[in-house]
Amino acid sequence: MDIIKLLVDVSYFAAIFLFIMGLKRMAHPKTAASGIKWGGAGMVLATLVTFAYPGVLDNMTNVVLIIAGIVLGTVLAWTTGKKVAMTDMPQMIALYNGMGGGAAGAISAIELFKGGEHAPLIMVLAVLGGIIGTVSFSGSLIAWAKLDGRIKGVLRFKGIQAVNGLLFLATLAAGGYIAFAHGGTEIVAIFFVLALVFGVMMTLPIGGADMPVVISLYNAFTGLAVAFEGFVLNNPAMIIAGTIVGSAGSLLTALMADAMNRSVSNVLFSNFGEVSDGPAAEYDGEMKPIDVADAAIQMAYAEKVVIVPGYGMAVAQAQHKIWELVQVLRGKGVTVKFAIHPVAGRMPGHMNVLLAEAGVPYDIIYDLDEINNEFATADVAMVIGANDVVNPVAKDDPSSPIYGMPVLNVDDAKNVIIVKRGQGAGFSGIQNKLFFLDNSRMLYGDAQEVANQLIANAKEF
Amino acid sequence: MIEGMVALYIFMLAGFTGFEVIAKVPAILHTPLMSGSNFVHGIVVVGAMVALGHADSLLGQIIGFIGVALGAGNAAGGYVVTDRMLDMFKSSKD
Repeated sequence: MDIIKLLVDVSYFAAIFLFIMGLKRMAHPKTAASGIKWGGAGMVLATLVTFAYPGVLDNMTNVVLIIAGIVLGTVLAWTTGKKVAMTDMPQMIALYNGMGGGAAGAISAIELFKGGEHAPLIMVLAVLGGIIGTVSFSGSLIAWAKLDGRIKGVLRFKGIQAVNGLLFLATLAAGGYIAFAHGGTEIVAIFFVLALVFGVMMTLPIGGADMPVVISLYNAFTGLAVAFEGFVLNNPAMIIAGTIVGSAGSLLTALMADAMNRSVSNVLFSNFGEVSDGPAAEYDGEMKPIDVADAAIQMAYAEKVVIVPGYGMAVAQAQHKIWELVQVLRGKGVTVKFAIHPVAGRMPGHMNVLLAEAGVPYDIIYDLDEINNEFATADVAMVIGANDVVNPVAKDDPSSPIYGMPVLNVDDAKNVIIVKRGQGAGFSGIQNKLFFLDNSRMLYGDAQEVANQLIANAKEF
Repeated sequence: MIEGMVALYIFMLAGFTGFEVIAKVPAILHTPLMSGSNFVHGIVVVGAMVALGHADSLLGQIIGFIGVALGAGNAAGGYVVTDRMLDMFKSSKD
């Protein structure tokens, strides 16, 4: 029996080592791809050895249920994860994260429904892990539904923060009662319902543009919940892995919020992006269209072209065509660079993934800091499917909700070509001043279609 | 198995480890790393397995089964999604 216990302990130790090494490898572009394999090996090892964990094999019905649960969850998640489009990655991360939070909540529920078996401190941890995991579960599902377009708009009413505050206090009170007075089945059920509702209510008022920060926060939440339930079950693998994700996720959340020049609490509690009832801001001048042939000439005879891709490009699946266009331009001796805003796409780094998928080498992809001074020397800046991240009002209009957010200095380029489907406002609902500038031209159409025509035209010159 | 203060030390050291591992990461890897850390907390499946293994009531079995399925989904889905994203970096190298 002791040998088996030792086997479990050593295996958990090895799994933790593999997780940390895996994450460390994932932190460098060159070793990143192998990092996840290390983590995967750790996960398989930990899962298999858990069957030898004392007591797990005692009840055959439970063993069958465990195997069925693993098979069901793995097959469903594996097949959906395999076929989802790269553009939809953020909501899939939200979904899988919610599942982890739900699992932590389930562990907490099992322990709490058993009644007061544990020391007070452990009960407190079980309750806290239950709250955090459950909030992460329902909150992540809302985040997934929003990013996936299943829930549109935001729910806001006067005093919603007060309602949420009361909900939170009620959840805490129920949790405290369970931890210290060993409440019965009913109060435990009420506790979990309250936590579920709180997660939903906390996430509904947050706009779609802020969802990545929220998902990252819930990712850290789930990590913490897993760590707390690890203390309850006395399971070091859960404690260490959960805590690592809790702190790494908190740091990532802060980095993402920084990239948008906002604080995390501002994301959670402000009414950013609220659709105002008044008329949208009007700018002098008008949107001036350009046709594909003229745009192609401008680029083919330019010295330097900077391309600013946004989520709209990815949705139109235009990245492959854009890369083809870049190759044509490079063949004519044009210097082409990609400028990536920290929150281009739906998350920091998301756009880099999408461009890498299309085969764009990453030595022509530049961060905002690296390239922002170069727009002044660019003959053409082409904005394709990006909007708020190139809006100059963030630099010069203190009354704008996005004032202070770092933006790409696209307006410094000699000519700006904006590829856009229609005349609508950006994700934040704010009218873009860039579109009305003298050096800006609008190239209307589907990004992929436009790219095709640009390639055909550029080849002729 | 793990005494109070030792547990606290583990908690603190693991916290610093997570912070350090992420601290020097270039922005291009933020999304894959978030996805990777999302996969790592899939270890929760292990806890759900233990909890379900010890379940002695129908309610416990139902919740435990849901927990195991969700935890396995977290681990498997997190792995696939991260692997697919990181594959992009491999192909675009050299």
